[in-house]
Amino acid sequence: MSILGSAIDPSAAGYTANRAALLDRLAELDAALDQARAGGGEKYVSRHHARGKLLPRERIELLVDADSPFLELSPVAAYGTDFPVGASVVTGIGVVEGVECLIVANDPTVRGGAVNPWSLAKTRRAGEIALANRLPMVNLVESAGADLPTQAEIFIPGGRVFRDLTRLSAAGIPTVSVVFGNATAGGAYVPGMSDHVIMIRDRSQVYLAGPPLVKMATGEVTDDESLGGAAMHAGTSGLADYLAEDERDGIRLARQCVRRLNWRKQGPPPRTPVPQPPRYDPEELLGIASADLKVPFDPREVLARILDGSDFDEFKPAYGDALVTGWGELHGYPVGVLANARGVLFSEEAQKAAQFIQLANAADTPLIFLQNTTGYMVGTEYEQRGIIKHGALMINAVSNSTLPHLTVNLGASYGAGNYGMCGRAYEPRFLFTWPNAKSAVMGPAQLAGVLSIVARQAAAARGRDYDEESDAAMRMMVEQQIESQSGALFLSGRLYDDGVIDPRDTRTVLGLCLSAIHNGPVKGAEGFGVFRM
Amino acid sequence: MISRLLVANRGEIARRVFATCRSLGVETVAVYSDADAAAPFVAEADQAVRLPGDTPAETYLRVDLILDAARRSGADAVHPGYGFLAENAEFAAAVTDAGLTWVGPPAKVIATMGDKLAAKALLAEAGVPMLPSWTATDEITDFPVLVKASAGGGGRGMRIVRDAGGLPEAVASARREAASAFGDGTVFIERYVERGRHVEVQIFGDVHGTVAALGVRECSIQRRHQKIIEEAPGVVPSELRERLHEAAVAAGRAVDYVGAGTVEFLLAPSGEFFFLEMNTRLQVEHPVTELITPVGLDLVRLQLLVAEGAPLPEHAHYPAARGYAIEVRLCAEEPAQGWRPATGTLHRFSVPGVDREFGWLQRAGLRLDSGVVAGSVVGVHYDSLLAKLIAVAPTRAEATRALAGALARAELHGVATNRDLLVRVLRSREFAATEIDTGFLDRHPEVFEPLLPADQLPVTALAAALAAAAHRRATAPVLSGLPSGWRNVPAVPQVARFAGPDGDEMEIRYRLDRTGRLADWSSTPAASGATEGSPDEREAAATPIVALVEAAPDRVVLDVVGVRRAYRVHRVGSEIFVDGPDGATSLTELPRFPLPTAELAAGSLLAPLPGAVTRVHVQVGQRVAAGDPLLTLEAMKLEHPVLAPTDGVVAELPVPAGGQVRTGAVLAVVTSEEDSR
Repeated sequence: MSILGSAIDPSAAGYTANRAALLDRLAELDAALDQARAGGGEKYVSRHHARGKLLPRERIELLVDADSPFLELSPVAAYGTDFPVGASVVTGIGVVEGVECLIVANDPTVRGGAVNPWSLAKTRRAGEIALANRLPMVNLVESAGADLPTQAEIFIPGGRVFRDLTRLSAAGIPTVSVVFGNATAGGAYVPGMSDHVIMIRDRSQVYLAGPPLVKMATGEVTDDESLGGAAMHAGTSGLADYLAEDERDGIRLARQCVRRLNWRKQGPPPRTPVPQPPRYDPEELLGIASADLKVPFDPREVLARILDGSDFDEFKPAYGDALVTGWGELHGYPVGVLANARGVLFSEEAQKAAQFIQLANAADTPLIFLQNTTGYMVGTEYEQRGIIKHGALMINAVSNSTLPHLTVNLGASYGAGNYGMCGRAYEPRFLFTWPNAKSAVMGPAQLAGVLSIVARQAAAARGRDYDEESDAAMRMMVEQQIESQSGALFLSGRLYDDGVIDPRDTRTVLGLCLSAIHNGPVKGAEGFGVFRM
Repeated sequence: MISRLLVANRGEIARRVFATCRSLGVETVAVYSDADAAAPFVAEADQAVRLPGDTPAETYLRVDLILDAARRSGADAVHPGYGFLAENAEFAAAVTDAGLTWVGPPAKVIATMGDKLAAKALLAEAGVPMLPSWTATDEITDFPVLVKASAGGGGRGMRIVRDAGGLPEAVASARREAASAFGDGTVFIERYVERGRHVEVQIFGDVHGTVAALGVRECSIQRRHQKIIEEAPGVVPSELRERLHEAAVAAGRAVDYVGAGTVEFLLAPSGEFFFLEMNTRLQVEHPVTELITPVGLDLVRLQLLVAEGAPLPEHAHYPAARGYAIEVRLCAEEPAQGWRPATGTLHRFSVPGVDREFGWLQRAGLRLDSGVVAGSVVGVHYDSLLAKLIAVAPTRAEATRALAGALARAELHGVATNRDLLVRVLRSREFAATEIDTGFLDRHPEVFEPLLPADQLPVTALAAALAAAAHRRATAPVLSGLPSGWRNVPAVPQVARFAGPDGDEMEIRYRLDRTGRLADWSSTPAASGATEGSPDEREAAATPIVALVEAAPDRVVLDVVGVRRAYRVHRVGSEIFVDGPDGATSLTELPRFPLPTAELAAGSLLAPLPGAVTRVHVQVGQRVAAGDPLLTLEAMKLEHPVLAPTDGVVAELPVPAGGQVRTGAVLAVVTSEEDSR
């Protein structure tokens, strides 16, 4: 047991400036979430309510156990695109009858719940999470189908959603669908491919083609109810297993289905059933993360505020000290932690990381990556000492570790450091971002500077003068573009993470994800023994 | 000497007698009906004999079975308690004839006093003041009058009649009730004194010719002629007290009284008093007399001594009084619902600060004489008295305050009681000023209001909701360590729905933040059929600013507009009992997902409590007017008329006369004229 200390002074100028900056970022996040919560806007929300229907988040609140936590995933999907923030679907992890489920709920107030490219990406990500972590999936379906203007971008890849549903089933991960309204054409295959299907009397309409298309195709004149009504599907086609009387009753039946799954988590339970909270106030995380990403901060201050009892046994503390590695517990689950301490990764840090990741695999202990890195060290000396080889060791270890990985970007995630610290491409089970964080191939100023040097060299090679004025303008434009494209909300909008989180929620989010992960087995890679590096 | 005593009674009085027996070394025998098999008095007795069946007629009124029980258990004496066979001369005679010691006055005295008309004639001759009375209704010219059961006691069968028109029905129904309760339907009628007080004198006689008065009791707070609050020595001038003593002793002497008895008087505002009746037994309210004696008289001990033939001890003759004692009768009933008897399981029964059960107190304190304990089942077969709580203190005001305080803090869960009414009476200005008489409750409808002010109900329900949330978090199979109701995208609050004590539905919405603080809350009467439609479309009621200090499954502390208030929360199934600083209430948590159920036919009349349909007054197809009696339900020995709610036609009568029903059973369906057309 090694209890972390803290050197934070909440009255220090740096602290208050950091906190003020983070609160600004949080206000931006909240504004984006407001857009997501607003759905299709007041008019469509009132019309929906007037029809006696519930909003997706109201449906989810009824579905999940009272007072249980709910983690919404990708809440600002489509931020910074032409589509509404939230992408007309709500996804998340919630507890239904004591079972952690991946919940997907269309938002019918946003263009009838039509699926646009971002809705598709968000839904697919939800499916990935369900499969990777063995989370039973509950679909709360009400969608007009494909967003027709963008059908070219979704029709062909969109088929994967239905494939993924049945693959979940094949993997022994149950799927439940409640159809609240329309599920037409492709949408009909969501209930079609689900293990358990609930339809609502006089509300659900599930068919391959509605009455107009049927008339066009075959000349048959028919009506919604005989074509795809809930009572028809429950009594005639057999597509519905349960016929609900209203929305609440449909949700009751979904809970009943989940209760009867007899679900058992395959991973071990928490090692400590009643964990101690951290000894330091998580509120102080707001003042710890540097407002200026050039100023590194000690990740132990973060660990002291997220680990159980602020208890952290550091591995190799005296070696490669720009990367902190060590063991702790989070909400009772044992974890290994890799956290950048001073931005740059040198050869020693890379080797230490590779060894630590192997140790964690040997001990079946999930890993948490706390990113704040500007990348691997560059320069002649470091290249000659083999920084690429050593970086490759670390990336190799991260790539081939079979443990669940959780990544949080606390600040900077630049260059290959993003890869070594288990960035999105390295498939951490979950990746979250603090609102102050940035991620790009390199920093905006560096990137603009590189472009400027290259242009200057090109001009010199052709024997032309270099226009300093237009160079300055170019650099400013590039810097602004990179700045905006490396921000947390922008990246989250593009599904490069699973959500931007309030730093004060970090422990809660990681705890919830760790528990979700333990629905599946937790097993490290096998093969060679641990290489000492 | 008595060595083994059988108590031919149940509940609180059986425990009371056993307590004295234990202190004297007398062995104890209980008799019990099937319904009482698990009752505390049975467990406390050295031996217990079953009386098969549930109804009093099958059990506690069966002289033959009780004598057989005495024989089989080897008892050498019988104590009748009060009620049941306590004033049954034949029983007294049978006990004596069986060679057992009868703890009570001789059968002859019981018989004399049991015939109220004969008793009055006899006592009038002895100089005891009497009210004018009649047996024939046509002789009566002055109203109001009171119709009384000749064989009765405890208010059973009594009716006040204010004009000649109401007399025949009152007499008829009093006869029915008397016949059912006492097996004797004889009634008589006497002058009714407005604003009369009920005072009574405890007397004791022995076989050596002594008859002494042991003090006055004031029992004016009554409901339907049954006492609910009793005091000693009462606020009575000493000259009047002496006259009351003299009259009571004169009554006792007139019949050569032996044992414990009570002479009841009606005290008019003028200071005149009139003989009401003489009860030839120990009274329910005897503890107030015991508690104000400086020597610690035990009236049950005196009963046993006298029954053994010993003289009444010297110290029991006109004992001095010290301090003031007040008793309340805690009953399972709903005063605001016409005193409807309440039944159910008493999930918790806890009175704080009780110094002693069933015995004398050296100094100021609280005594509890209870027939029930936590877990007791209160059924339909016997009267509604659960327990008596008695405070003794140097002054009436102090005793009143102590008693009201303990009652208000008592945890009485699972069965409705008259507690709130008792507290309101005790805390009323009029009670403090001794502005009391037997019509007190009729003049003070405000005491029927629950202690908990209606505007405190939302905060109380919030406490219940937060306790339930804490319970769910503590028992969650996964993620139990995470903050309650945590959301990274808060959008919709948590919702808890309750039915209040009156059955009114309310909805509490709340949201806790990441640190467990109450971020916001609101309450609304839930919209009818609230299964659909957005909560935020329904207007939230104005709600006070509340901060959550702490929440556990059984205790919630809230800061309500700057004042910290603790609520004790006890949950049994979906029933939630909340005891807060303003009073207690019970809520029913409504299911989140009500099952779709068949609806009741409109116009259905449901049984308000379990009981038996004794008479059916109408037939299917009969046309009835609103208020017409349809049938009579008898429960807890009281008649409950079931009246037509509207003009209409009787469509269904599913229960025949004699049928037993559970609460909520359909008794009748009346369809309105329009529907039936």
